[in-house]
Amino acid sequence: MTQLLFLIPVALFLGGLGLCAFLWCIRTGQFDDPDGAAERILHDD
Amino acid sequence: MSARANLTLKRVVVRHHGDLDGDTITQTLMGLAFDAYRIEDAASAEDDQHGRARQLLRALAVAGFGAANIMLLSVSAWSGADGSIRDLFHLISGLIAVPVVAYSGRPFFQSAFSALSVRRVNMDVPISLAVLLAVGMSVFQTFTSKPDAYFDAAVMLLFFLLIGRYLDQLMRARARSAVTSLSEYAARDAIEILGDGSTRAIPVADIEVGMRLRLLPGGRVPVDCCVVQGTSDVDRAMVTGENEPMTVRVGEVLESGVLNLTGALEVEAERLVDQSFLAEISRMLDAAEKGKGRYVGLADRAAEIYTPAVHLVALTAFIGWMFVSGGDWQRSLLVAISTLIITCPCALGLAVPVAHVIAASRLFRWGLLMRNGGALERLARIRIAVFDKTGTLTSGQKTVVQMPKLTAPERDAFAALAGRSSHPAAMGIAAALGQTAPVALTHVTEEPGIGISARWDGASIALGRGQSGTRLEVDGVSLGEARFAETVRDRADEAIGGLARLGVQATILSGDTDQAVTNISRTVGIDDWRAKQSPKDKVSFVTTLSEEAFEGGVLMVGDGINDGPSLAAADVSIAPGSASDVGRHAADFVLARPSLEAIPNAVWLARRTNEIVLQNFGIALIYNLVAVPLAVAGFVTPLIAALAMSGSSIVVIANSLRLSHMEPPRFTPARGNSDEQAPALAPPAEVAA
Repeated sequence: MTQLLFLIPVALFLGGLGLCAFLWCIRTGQFDDPDGAAERILHDD
Repeated sequence: MSARANLTLKRVVVRHHGDLDGDTITQTLMGLAFDAYRIEDAASAEDDQHGRARQLLRALAVAGFGAANIMLLSVSAWSGADGSIRDLFHLISGLIAVPVVAYSGRPFFQSAFSALSVRRVNMDVPISLAVLLAVGMSVFQTFTSKPDAYFDAAVMLLFFLLIGRYLDQLMRARARSAVTSLSEYAARDAIEILGDGSTRAIPVADIEVGMRLRLLPGGRVPVDCCVVQGTSDVDRAMVTGENEPMTVRVGEVLESGVLNLTGALEVEAERLVDQSFLAEISRMLDAAEKGKGRYVGLADRAAEIYTPAVHLVALTAFIGWMFVSGGDWQRSLLVAISTLIITCPCALGLAVPVAHVIAASRLFRWGLLMRNGGALERLARIRIAVFDKTGTLTSGQKTVVQMPKLTAPERDAFAALAGRSSHPAAMGIAAALGQTAPVALTHVTEEPGIGISARWDGASIALGRGQSGTRLEVDGVSLGEARFAETVRDRADEAIGGLARLGVQATILSGDTDQAVTNISRTVGIDDWRAKQSPKDKVSFVTTLSEEAFEGGVLMVGDGINDGPSLAAADVSIAPGSASDVGRHAADFVLARPSLEAIPNAVWLARRTNEIVLQNFGIALIYNLVAVPLAVAGFVTPLIAALAMSGSSIVVIANSLRLSHMEPPRFTPARGNSDEQAPALAPPAEVAA
């Protein structure tokens, strides 16, 4: 029982880290141009 | 400092601490062998579409986080935990679920609320109701230590719904990609040049006709205007489809939304912002989306009855199940919730608009501007195309092939006279006479359809309609006629051949002489023609065709500004013209390119669009026929309902996107080879000449 009281917050915290990382990605505009990412490999430099 | 390049929009956004200016950045980029131009207000590109997509993505992320963690707890709760452990898990699930639903459900709640506040129901109402009911019921279950808490279902429902919404948002943006977000072409401020030469910034809405404005490099033209001073290169891609920069000089017209590239210009405003090109295009795209075609009216009416019916069915299911299960309100509520979700008419609502918007943007890229959304459906059904000759099949420019002999002073006089008229024949004569000495003319009078006359050096001279050209007269005596050759539009014969292959017959209707018309008809390959038609003749010809012979299927291609009545008499009309005159045309479509090949392609596309719309209706119908009985019969959990519903919208959108990948067949001037056979029709009635 005590294990649960410890593990559940840990799980939530780790999940929360992932969520924050994702939200930061959205804020810095990484999802605004899905097609451009695909076309980048065709550029010569 | 950071820089991000958006390859689709061809835009670079540089974030810095204020220690750089636009010029340094531009120079650096040019040093790296990029053609770089600075755009004002780069931030404005991030609003609208991007803002909404981002909001959905954030809601999606939070819902996903919540769904995953609650699922963790639910697995244990559902696989045999009971008593206080189960209650604890439910409590923790609830603590996660409630804030997550409050945040991620906002797109749906806001939409439902705004519909309800004007006493309407839209499809977000049953969804919001379903989610809130599920959460509410689960909270009740948790606090009364009952086993049936459905936090996992409620949050996962939101998660899948948001996936569907986000994809829908992305696909809509792609469907409008020809003019992605019109706000990115719109200028925010303009620089007004005051009487004393100083400048001040004013909002675009305050620009008045006749105002002098300064247009800096990198700036967007705020309103339709005319260049007064300076030269520059501009990017008119959104108007002409040409990506090459174009040089403009004094006297040239610029449309709103055009990008100024290299030099500073002083311009004079000719139209207000709402009557300028960009606003016109925006209205046209709106018209495409909301076009009042037959199918759209059908979908609208269906949607109006549908949503209240949805609530009724869910309520009935609830009551029915209460009876059947002997008062088990949890089960009944669950069935009601599933029914509410699965009956969402998203697919039906998308069936027509998505297909039409994709078709409109494809047409736009071909140079055909759609002014009337319902016209697309009618274009698919045409069986005969009536073409005007001058300016439609021909490019409207006349080249002189034969000129009567004139003395030098006569040349000067006629050149001056011809220069006063904008009639194509006069312009052709002026061009043929070339550089001449300026001459004073008085009493210049132009009579449309007759000619132009003036007094010169004591004599009267005139240019008038002759038997086979334009007559040059001095003091009433004819010096001879200037004869012209008409230039047929590039590849007009291929366009006519293309129409023939689609089963569409072509006819020429012209006010010109028999001889002139037969010359053209041979070149473009049209056998059926009528000459010497007055405007009234044209109207009655088109009306007769439309009513008696080719029911519902006459396309008229002609002058949009002057031939309004004939165009209106036809079922669908296309006017060749410049994009900047788009507001003044009376036609359903404006062809803003020199070539006519967009016309058979457009007919082909309209037919495919109608097919796709019907397919979409079919998909929506099948989905409902299968899903609703399943939900009412209790076979569907809220989760499956959410998946099915999002699935149906995605299928409809994906089906509509096929429209953007279809290639029209290559049209060759094949005569009499009709791939799509028109149904047997009575031949057109002979119209009295």
